Amino acid sequence: MSLSVARWSPETSEPAPLERPAQLALYGLMVSMRLFEKRVFDLYLENLGKGPAHLALGQEAIAAGFGHALRADDYSFATYRGHAHLLARGADQGTMMGELLGRANGILHGKGGSMHLADASRGMMGSNAIVGAHLPIACGTAWSSKIRKSGQVTVCFFGDGTTNIGAFHEALNLAAVWKLPVVFVCENNLYMEYTPIASVIAVNHPAADRAASYGLAPWTIDGNDVEACHSAATAAYERARSGEGPSLIEALTYRHGGHSRADPATYRPKAEVEEWLKRDPIDRYKAALLAAGSAEAELDDIVALARAEVDRATEFAKAGARPDPDQAETNVFADGGAAWRN
Amino acid sequence: MAQLTYREAVAAGIAQEMERDPTVVLLGEDVGPQGGVFKTTVGLFSRFGADRVWDTPISEQAILGSAMGAAMTGLRPVAEIMFSDFLAVCWDVVTNQIAKMRYMTDGQVTVPLVIKTGNGGGLRFGAQHSQALENWAMAVPGLKVVAPATPADVKGLMAAAIRDPDPVLFFEAKSLYGTSGDVPEGEHVEPLGVAKVVRAGSSCTLVALGPMVPRAVEAAEQLAARGIDAQVIDVRSLVPLDTRTILGAISQTSRAFTVEENPRLCGWGAEIASLAGEECFYDLDGPVVRITSPHVPVPSADTLEDTVRPSVDRIVETVAREMAR
Repeated sequence: MSLSVARWSPETSEPAPLERPAQLALYGLMVSMRLFEKRVFDLYLENLGKGPAHLALGQEAIAAGFGHALRADDYSFATYRGHAHLLARGADQGTMMGELLGRANGILHGKGGSMHLADASRGMMGSNAIVGAHLPIACGTAWSSKIRKSGQVTVCFFGDGTTNIGAFHEALNLAAVWKLPVVFVCENNLYMEYTPIASVIAVNHPAADRAASYGLAPWTIDGNDVEACHSAATAAYERARSGEGPSLIEALTYRHGGHSRADPATYRPKAEVEEWLKRDPIDRYKAALLAAGSAEAELDDIVALARAEVDRATEFAKAGARPDPDQAETNVFADGGAAWRN
Repeated sequence: MAQLTYREAVAAGIAQEMERDPTVVLLGEDVGPQGGVFKTTVGLFSRFGADRVWDTPISEQAILGSAMGAAMTGLRPVAEIMFSDFLAVCWDVVTNQIAKMRYMTDGQVTVPLVIKTGNGGGLRFGAQHSQALENWAMAVPGLKVVAPATPADVKGLMAAAIRDPDPVLFFEAKSLYGTSGDVPEGEHVEPLGVAKVVRAGSSCTLVALGPMVPRAVEAAEQLAARGIDAQVIDVRSLVPLDTRTILGAISQTSRAFTVEENPRLCGWGAEIASLAGEECFYDLDGPVVRITSPHVPVPSADTLEDTVRPSVDRIVETVAREMAR
């Protein structure tokens, strides 16, 4: 399946070209995401991680581009395929890995796990395991920002499959009617779990072709081009901050692996997979940076640093104790406990 | 004291808190200039303005999702779900999102909000607008559940619910909206999690909630004429549950009846009966008997609906029969 990338951007001035430090930061972010998730895959194979892990290998450009363009106090929401979106906010890899291994030193102390990662201290307000559920919640943080006149933007990532669930449409409509400062980013990786999205939608573009229903412009971008993502993010955040309301951006991408680690993804045509592997966002960006004059050694150093950080995080997580059983009955309520009676 | 109707007391409780705390905001369908379908938000829009009172589309997931996101980021929203039956179309937001967010993040995030909703039967609305589903909410860890029976408690418990740091489902009894009662003027707050003895008695204890409280009280008056001196407890709050008061009263009288509007299976009274069985079994002189709606959807015709909801007559007859065994 091939979809056109019909570019559209709002009538704001084109963002200035990225400076080199920002370019290297984007590259470093994507490399960190890639190496972190590859390590997650290995640790789950070793049975150190239990339960599901939904990896975003191949989709790093969206998380990096949109994440890097955020202000530190902005809010973000992700799906259960959310590891990269925490890394994009600068979350600590050690406590993230601890969470994935079910350790007390995990960022949620073992209460959340892979599908519910959050780092509210960095504005990453949660990964959601119910398809579409976080879109209305993203409306809420944006509504709150609007009422508090804080200038904060909310960005909400979701998959192509989400565009067929009711919450998507309720959220888009409310955001448009209330002109909320929220940016909805559809990570269209062409598959709704195991099913091609094209076979379950009546339009070509799951998100962009629905935009008109909410008075929004159709906006598709190359989700494997990190600078295109960063540029779209900058424009959409600016639109949101200036009170012009929400945006709906469809970023075309592809996951290298299956829906979850249990899925070998044999339903995808080999040629299609090969085609998309050639468009790997990290390889592409590396080539672009080299062509623009970066030294190979400089980029290799970034990879080495990222690898060292993943190693550190892995050791930190493995050294973590199991959560105390008493912790199962804490933090249900704001008093820290779980008491439903006196 | 002022005489207020139950519906006026809802607005009074919200107004008191909006006046006191600028982070309290209200949203829902028709809650603005129209004052709500049940007229429970009359006057709030004109008093607090469009920045504090928001009319929404018919989008219950968006309503509660927005309330949740706002609650996570410094506001204290009160969200109206017009009929509690409509909770079914946004139950994911209530149970998977609002109730669990604090636990899943181990306290990174709290969700201080109130979901107010018209609950229960009596208005001949039929099966999709008449359910008493407080027991649904009670079954979900992470939610607090309140169901007041009097205008004074409506105001006081609404205030407490808004101030509470946790999500609270606030069940308003549709059949009581038109009833009146004394409500304290000035600031009035009733703590959550405290049941109330509304009628003293020594023969048995009737444990009731919401619209069943006035029926239980009336039944107790009739039972007195038959020589049965029934104590009546208004549960008021299902979560937290005031087991000290409730089980204490049951132990004291040795016989207990629950009076529940919800359908039979897993109604809130089943938990009371279970607790009584576990914790005051040896104080009991007989089984805890539950008086509930039968396990059916709520019918529309007035005579059928009256058959389904526990009536004063049914309470009197059941208690008298069981006490005579």
